[in-house]
Amino acid sequence: MSTENRADVEFEPKVVAFVCNWCTYLGADLAGTNRLEYPANIRIIRLPCTGRIDFNLIIKAFEVGADAVLISGCHPGDCHYTAGNFHARRRWILFRELLDTLGIDTKRIHFSWISAAEGAKFQKFVTEIVEKTKKLGPYSEYKEILA
Amino acid sequence: MEQQLRETAKKLLTEKTVDVVIGYGRVESGQIGAIFVSNPDEVERLVWNQECRQNLVVYLTRKEVQKLGKAAIVVKGCDAKAIVVLANESQIKRDELVVIGMICNGIIEESQRTNGNPWADSNDSSNKLPIYEKCETCVEHQPKNVDIVIGDPAAANPDTLSKAERDQKGKYAKLAKLKAMTQEERFAYWKKEFSRCVKCYACRQNCPLCYCNQCVVDKNRPIRIDTSATLKGNFAWNILRAFHLAGRCVGCGACSSACPAGIDLDLLNLSLSIAAEDNFNFVSGKELGTAPLIGTFSENDREDFIR
Repeated sequence: MSTENRADVEFEPKVVAFVCNWCTYLGADLAGTNRLEYPANIRIIRLPCTGRIDFNLIIKAFEVGADAVLISGCHPGDCHYTAGNFHARRRWILFRELLDTLGIDTKRIHFSWISAAEGAKFQKFVTEIVEKTKKLGPYSEYKEILA
Repeated sequence: MEQQLRETAKKLLTEKTVDVVIGYGRVESGQIGAIFVSNPDEVERLVWNQECRQNLVVYLTRKEVQKLGKAAIVVKGCDAKAIVVLANESQIKRDELVVIGMICNGIIEESQRTNGNPWADSNDSSNKLPIYEKCETCVEHQPKNVDIVIGDPAAANPDTLSKAERDQKGKYAKLAKLKAMTQEERFAYWKKEFSRCVKCYACRQNCPLCYCNQCVVDKNRPIRIDTSATLKGNFAWNILRAFHLAGRCVGCGACSSACPAGIDLDLLNLSLSIAAEDNFNFVSGKELGTAPLIGTFSENDREDFIR
């Protein structure tokens, strides 16, 4: 039974995380092995590289009901494929601009660099995003167009 | 100018420099459209006036047109930039193409035209009919990177426009107005606009830079873009179309002029072009031999939005 519209239940946002296989995914893994607790609202999708994160995936995430999207990969210079994250970064600069022009809430799209050694950063980042998204509430604006 | 164009075309065809001239002409409906002239005796069909709106560069990547042989193409300043991008992206061989650039002081808005009555020569300054919004901020009255220039360069409007002046006019002013709205208002605006989209893909077909053999939206395994003409699908499609032109769009406005729903599609592309200019000092189609913006990177790209 859906609890989405019930006032007596606290809003639990859906956060989709697109992470790279080599850094952030391992960072999340480290958070797990270190028993660092973070909210269960996050759905991690592992991709080979941030350079592989097609902008369509971000839109698709909102289409299937995400309230926020998290995108994370290796720090600049650390990319397993040398430059995937540099390419991604340039793309995001422009993509954020397009979303802003379209009036899509850029406060719901979060970018970060998290390395395989930064389990604690992953935990902190995810916790913060979930908190923020809870404050923003469900992304009803985008959900309206899905009907 | 028209005569000069015909003479040039005749010369190119009789001397066998090219096999076909892609230019403007009157088509069956009486409107101006693309014609393909291979016979030197038929150059009289070529037309040049202020109705020549279409960007003919779109035909250069079409296989059936490529079969016609070596081509000469009639372009305006804005269209010429698309040729530069196609050459930079290795889609055409620039040295196998003759580009005939027309001096153009603006194309007259469709609603202002009287049926079947050809307008005066484009250089006629007495013609004060409203031109397209995108022509108001034109800095390509004199086409660049072309092989032959037709018309009197002295009659062309100045190609200097300060940033402050530019932002007051045409599409730039429209975009500034949109950007001044709140995020919710902007979303409501596009929701209203995209509700009219019927997914005819005329924007894609008319774009000289949308040359993929198979568009993502036509691939059905997996379906990435909802193909139905609902708001969901329309948003996804228009985001895709706009972003696939990021750092590439030359602002010829072919997309929005082709749109049967009259959506200002080029505003999306314009915002990306401005972002490309502000962030990377990159103007698409400016010069031959530059690497595409997305596809290269700098270690110093800004990352103030990444944590």
